[in-house]
Amino acid sequence: MPVTVEIPKEKWTGSVREVTLGATAEQGGTRAKTVTVGGETSLPFLHFEGKYPHPPVVAVEIHDNHPDDWSPLLLKAWGDVTRDPAAWARKAEEIGADLIMLRLRGVDSAGTETTAAQAVAVVKAVLGATGLPLIVRGPGQAERDNELLVAVAEAASGERIALGLCEDKNYRTIVAAALAHNQLVIASTPIDVNLAKQLNILISDMNLPLDRVLMDPTTGALGYGLEYSYSVMERLRLAALQGDGMTQQPMICFAGEESWRQKESKVGEGVPAAWGDWYKRAVTWEATTAISLLNSGADIVTLRHPDNVPVVKKAIEKLMAS
Amino acid sequence: MGLSGLEIYKLLPKTNCKECGFPTCLAFAMKLSQKQAELSACPYVSEEAKAALAAASAPPIRLITVGSGDHKIEVGNETVIFRHEKTFYHPPGIFVRVKDTQPLAEVEELAARVDGYSVERVGLNLHLNGIAVENASGQADTFATCVAAVKGKTKLPLILMADDPAAMKAGLAKLDGDNPLIYAAKPENWQAMAALAKEHKVPIVARAPDGDLTALANLTEQITGAGVEDIVLDPGARGFADSLAALTQIRRLALKKNFRPLGYPVITFPGEGAESEAEEAMLAGEHIAKYAGFIVLDHFDPATAYILLTLRLNIYTDPQKPIQVSPGVYEINGPGPDSPLLTTTNFSLTYFSVAGEVDGSGVPSWLLICDSEGMSVLTAWAAGNFDAEVIAKAVKSFGVESKINHRKIVIPGAVAVISGELEEELPGWEVRVGPREAVDIPMYLKNVWN
Repeated sequence: MPVTVEIPKEKWTGSVREVTLGATAEQGGTRAKTVTVGGETSLPFLHFEGKYPHPPVVAVEIHDNHPDDWSPLLLKAWGDVTRDPAAWARKAEEIGADLIMLRLRGVDSAGTETTAAQAVAVVKAVLGATGLPLIVRGPGQAERDNELLVAVAEAASGERIALGLCEDKNYRTIVAAALAHNQLVIASTPIDVNLAKQLNILISDMNLPLDRVLMDPTTGALGYGLEYSYSVMERLRLAALQGDGMTQQPMICFAGEESWRQKESKVGEGVPAAWGDWYKRAVTWEATTAISLLNSGADIVTLRHPDNVPVVKKAIEKLMAS
Repeated sequence: MGLSGLEIYKLLPKTNCKECGFPTCLAFAMKLSQKQAELSACPYVSEEAKAALAAASAPPIRLITVGSGDHKIEVGNETVIFRHEKTFYHPPGIFVRVKDTQPLAEVEELAARVDGYSVERVGLNLHLNGIAVENASGQADTFATCVAAVKGKTKLPLILMADDPAAMKAGLAKLDGDNPLIYAAKPENWQAMAALAKEHKVPIVARAPDGDLTALANLTEQITGAGVEDIVLDPGARGFADSLAALTQIRRLALKKNFRPLGYPVITFPGEGAESEAEEAMLAGEHIAKYAGFIVLDHFDPATAYILLTLRLNIYTDPQKPIQVSPGVYEINGPGPDSPLLTTTNFSLTYFSVAGEVDGSGVPSWLLICDSEGMSVLTAWAAGNFDAEVIAKAVKSFGVESKINHRKIVIPGAVAVISGELEEELPGWEVRVGPREAVDIPMYLKNVWN
């Protein structure tokens, strides 16, 4: 008597919220195109039980000032453009970036603090150089973030830039700026389902529509806390699909930044021979971190190495093939 | 996946004879379901009931052992779909494939490299699990020679891959008692392959036409019907999306439906679904996270091996129990009374990152490891397990003051905010803020200390 297999399908009641980055001229911005993420009604890439209307996307990370602290492998791969954010953004678009993530370092190579006017000038230069939607992140200190991001939000009014990071200590200022100038925010919390929910609640209490909120669950790189991010993201996505409205934001993961901070990526000499070739190790470290996060629910992954942009995009394309 | 008391009751004689020591068959059934009684206590139970109860108490994903002795690998016996629900128990075996069409010297060299590969991470020695030998030549004697050559270079478990039962037989003859996994029984050759598995008492892979789980389930039923119970599944899906779907469906069927015909570990071949080595590594990474039991790579490269072994360690770490080291004072590079004192948490990754950098710097140092319940620096700080009080307590309880003649302590840059409180907790001490990242410690010790 032959057995028959009935494919087990979960019946989810919820879905991830759709969020659109960027605005075209008709929509009040200047972008050549917009990028929409989210909308999925299944766990990552399980096309047999739900919809995946928008493929996850790749954002390329660029900086306003030359990143002296970056791995020599990255600086070599990008060449001169790291000294010119506009040229850098153009190059990132050429190699296939879906989004540009501009990081405002807060200081230049000489250690001088960036002014709000300088930050605005860089953002305008980048907007002028590329038609892609933009993510702009501050230096990561609440006061400095507020100072720079508020100015950027105002100067680029209507562009639907994703501003980050919005944390519990500074979300009010950033959310107010996003509200006033039609921008988005990235809500960031440290690897915890409840903290992520709580910040989304606080942000929506300020009347920012949730279709303008991305969620950063905090990324751990491969070998450096990846498993924590992986499981928190799976739990957030399960909650979203089960209908918990405050966990339904698309997730953004800073895969490049986290991987390239680690010794395996930064250091080429004086490491164990078992670590293998430096370039291969470092580049694959980033790609493997990215694919693991995509498989646990990332909607946007940010990358640093140009060679990984086509590789990760191709993997996403294959994951989307149903 | 045990039966309920009522389900067990239906299988009992229902005579209430009390010979089992319980007043009624129902009471006995209840105790059985709670695993507080043995079925053998009932003298009248039928063979049919015994078989049903044994089947119900078997793990939903069968544990499969490949290889023998110290290097054997066990996979299967998983109990959850998501690692946060409990943990994943048996990390997938990672194998590298060689073909019998490659020059023998090349095969031997590769086998030796795979065998010798080992990398240290958080105090653990990680290594690959074995070699798959494929009969690409189609010749039985060529295959046997190749298998013997690989066996000569490694004691790691082997997977024998051949479509022709005659070739498989010749390969198996070289591996008496080594318990290789044989690949594969297909709808067209399963009888001969299952007979070989039975004769040599080895596990066997069942391979169905691409992605057809019904065909796969029927194949495993045929194989178990022939008396072979140790089975590994190859659903045939090779790409990023189809293999994710197939592996997820098999896992769910086994765990949620207790579907026996697919209650076995799965083998994957990421190289067959990839266009480049980089893609193979990413797909292998997907298979580590999403339910593979055996992963056969087509390329061996130390960098990729290190990455996949690290990912496997991450995914199979028990989420409830972070890997940690014992709190205390660690001596690095033979420190003396003048040597610097650094402190950090007892999360093993933190410890090994910091200790490795201090060691690499060549600077003799004391490293004070606090009891922060296995958390990393920032997590521990946020949870109150690495604050001024905890550090001060560690300084006192581990007798640090008798080891050094200075009163300076370096704290991680990430917790710079606690330096004031720590100076209050440790009167007479100077608290210095070290680098945020371990990788910057050598520079700090050489340039900033003293």
